[in-house]
Amino acid sequence: MVAKGMKAYKGKSQVGLKGEIAVWFSSLGLSLGLLMIVALLGVIAYNGLSVFWPKRVVQVEFDPQPASDLGSRSVVAGIITSQKTKSPDSVEEWRLFVGNKDQYGISFTYFDRGSLLNVTQPEGLLVLERTAYGKAIGYPEHISGPTGKIISAEHPNFAQRLGSLVKECQDRGKEIRKLETREIGAIHEALENLRLHQLRLERQSELSSEDREALERIDEERARYESLFTTLATRARLLRDLQISHKLHYRLASGEEIDLPIGEIHQFFYPNQIGFSGRAAVFWNHIKEFLLSEPREANTEGGVFPAIFGTFVMTLFMCVIVTPFGVLAAIYLCEYAKDGVFVRLVRIAINNLAGVPSIVFGVFGLGFFVYWVGGTLDQLFFSLRLPTPTFGTGGILWASLTLALMTVPVVIVATEEALTAVSPGLRESSMACGASRWQTIQRIVLPASAPGVLTGMILAMARGAGEVAPLMLLGVVKIAPSLPLDDQFPFLHLDRKFMHLGFHIYDLGFQSPDSEAALPMVFATTLLLIVLVVVLNLAAILIRNRLRRKYQMAGF
Amino acid sequence: MEKAVNMDPEWENRAASRRQDPPGRSYISVKDYSFWFGHTQVLQDLNLDMQKGSVTAFIGPSGCGKSTLLRSFNRLNELDPQARHRGDITIEDLSIYDPAVEVISLRKRVGMVFQKSNPFPKSIYENVVYSLRVAGKNNKSILDEVAENSLRSAALWDEVKDRLGESAYSLSVGQMQRLCIARAIANEPEVILMDEPCSALDPIATAKIEELIHDLKIKYTIIIVTHNMQQAARVSDSTAFFYTGNLIEYNKTQEIFLNPQNDKTEAYVSGRSG
Ligand SMILES: Nc1ncnc2c1ncn2[C@@H]1O[C@H](COP(=O)(O)OP(=O)(O)OP(=O)(O)O)[C@@H](O)[C@H]1O
Ligand SMILES: [Mg+2]
Repeated sequence: MVAKGMKAYKGKSQVGLKGEIAVWFSSLGLSLGLLMIVALLGVIAYNGLSVFWPKRVVQVEFDPQPASDLGSRSVVAGIITSQKTKSPDSVEEWRLFVGNKDQYGISFTYFDRGSLLNVTQPEGLLVLERTAYGKAIGYPEHISGPTGKIISAEHPNFAQRLGSLVKECQDRGKEIRKLETREIGAIHEALENLRLHQLRLERQSELSSEDREALERIDEERARYESLFTTLATRARLLRDLQISHKLHYRLASGEEIDLPIGEIHQFFYPNQIGFSGRAAVFWNHIKEFLLSEPREANTEGGVFPAIFGTFVMTLFMCVIVTPFGVLAAIYLCEYAKDGVFVRLVRIAINNLAGVPSIVFGVFGLGFFVYWVGGTLDQLFFSLRLPTPTFGTGGILWASLTLALMTVPVVIVATEEALTAVSPGLRESSMACGASRWQTIQRIVLPASAPGVLTGMILAMARGAGEVAPLMLLGVVKIAPSLPLDDQFPFLHLDRKFMHLGFHIYDLGFQSPDSEAALPMVFATTLLLIVLVVVLNLAAILIRNRLRRKYQMAGF
Repeated sequence: MEKAVNMDPEWENRAASRRQDPPGRSYISVKDYSFWFGHTQVLQDLNLDMQKGSVTAFIGPSGCGKSTLLRSFNRLNELDPQARHRGDITIEDLSIYDPAVEVISLRKRVGMVFQKSNPFPKSIYENVVYSLRVAGKNNKSILDEVAENSLRSAALWDEVKDRLGESAYSLSVGQMQRLCIARAIANEPEVILMDEPCSALDPIATAKIEELIHDLKIKYTIIIVTHNMQQAARVSDSTAFFYTGNLIEYNKTQEIFLNPQNDKTEAYVSGRSG
């Protein structure tokens, strides 16, 4: 068969045939690669997005099996999360997400389709997303206030009323959070500063009368802050009481009756009543929550905003450090260094640096930046706070610096390539105009090679943003109490620990107590990380293309 | 070793009388100048003088060292770390290698136009005023004036006056070359070096540049390297013929073309060699 083909080609040159085969092979390789990438992205995108789509809830009846997790219950409502047909006896097995973890203690349960007596989709079922224990699924009965029952679930305005109460509680929740983190936080900080001031005064061997006065003043101020603290704390407590003053009374499909404070409800919907637009609205709300809110319940619920923010700030910060550093190094190597043994050694070192495993950089960052540089900084500037470290512990600064170190070879190599690509004629004409070497580099060579520098930055970003291993040694945490950038002086808190999407994925998938329930979040977070890297890259590519157009060489 | 022989005596006298002109009249002289790239000698014991306000053409076969000598006048060869020289070049009796003279100030006095026009990746305006910018002059009104005057001198003003902010790469190749000339004269140099400025241009653009050289020689001393004999004959006052790093003949252009003294010169200008 091949021989026939050969014959047909005999008239033409042998090279043509070989070339054809090579083309086939390379295109095969390309399509295989593309196929794998598309499949991977497809799986992630499908799973990541379907998390947010509200699915219908079924109610199933079955013969109670006292040995199972559900005990003697014979009815349960839940969302079908998988339907598998086992091969030998072709029994269909359903996995049902039943929620109500406060009552059942489990998230999922399995049924053989054949053992189910009855499967329905009751319209009255309500899905509640709560601040604790995840979702609840049940039939609403009524809402009660401090003085008794307010509205029954049969009332036509019930959903509306519940919605407005939830909204009210959410607003109050925001106020409470502001009170507790901002205002009370500020008081804590002021008290800490007073303590440090006092410590500094007391460490002096002799106290002047002025110092003694100052100490007294500190005591006064402390008392003032403490009374302020009590007032604010009381107000917060009052608000908290209001959060639980109204309760939603609901009944599970299996019969349990529960009172849930409205303040614990995030969102609710009737999964079997709403149509497509209702579903889309819930979907949209879920995505908004995922992107913009903080995680709850050991990160398995809520959003990932701090992790997005941490990743973003860290990556940007890394770029800000690595770009000038790499560009300067490349300029030296390319423009000033005389070609010799030393330069060649440096080049070899740079190329090999790119192959060092990232965890090694993590260890180096920990030893050098955190313990040595950070420890020294602490002793010099923050000695009063010791033994609590300020910079002597992992933080976003050290993580960015270490990643910058890790990615600097990429920037150097790309920049050098771009610098050598600038035509010698341009340099000569600049020098002939009376420009010095540095002026030539700064005004002509660098702008002309900016697209190449950006390419290096893009590559560095792509490598740095997805890196997790070194970060685990350098200040990434499961839950960070505050963001590395906020409206409190000095705005950019480089010593803070931070959350990171890559670590978040690892943490959810492998460290969480109920990793099966966390799986959807793993997909969603992975999707988000990929999207974030793509967006950062696209932004850089757009800038690069604009620059290219600007500095495009004329076609001659 | 042949030197600048076969000089017309009268011309010599005129040159000598010009040398005695009052100070301020700049002229260039090359004295026993040799040049090496590494171990290869490129120029051998050259001697020649050029008058102020004249156009001198360098001709000779490819690789004979014309560009190297031209680039010696603004010390551009020194960008190559292998470059070495012996002998001296003076402009207005001041050695260009004088330790008191900075290379940068020398390059401000000696502008250059290259064979391949290479505008900077900047706007037309910024290209013209580049030499002022690097000299630290940023006064807008001065820059505007210089830009207009230089572009007018380079006969480009009318074509670009409405698009000064556009990228220089939007110009045609001929316009780009005139832009490079405008760039070279923006800083008011005394000497302009041109290395085959028309080799990439069509006849009309070439004619424009030649006309320009005619106008510019009132103010500037021009040295031009060219492979085009007609061009050398049209634009230059005197012509130097080089052969393998030696100056074979240097005389008034008319003499070189009509009455060459050396066989090699005759062969070259009549198109029988090179
Ligand atoms: N940077 C350099 N390093 C080494 N040799 C060089 C260098 N530049 C020029 N040369 C050599 O010096 C000699 C003279 O070169 P030059 O460019 O001056 O010739 P040219 O007369 O301008 O030729 P053309 O008419 O082709 O432009 C050539 O043999 C060339 O190979
Ligand atoms: Mg040349």
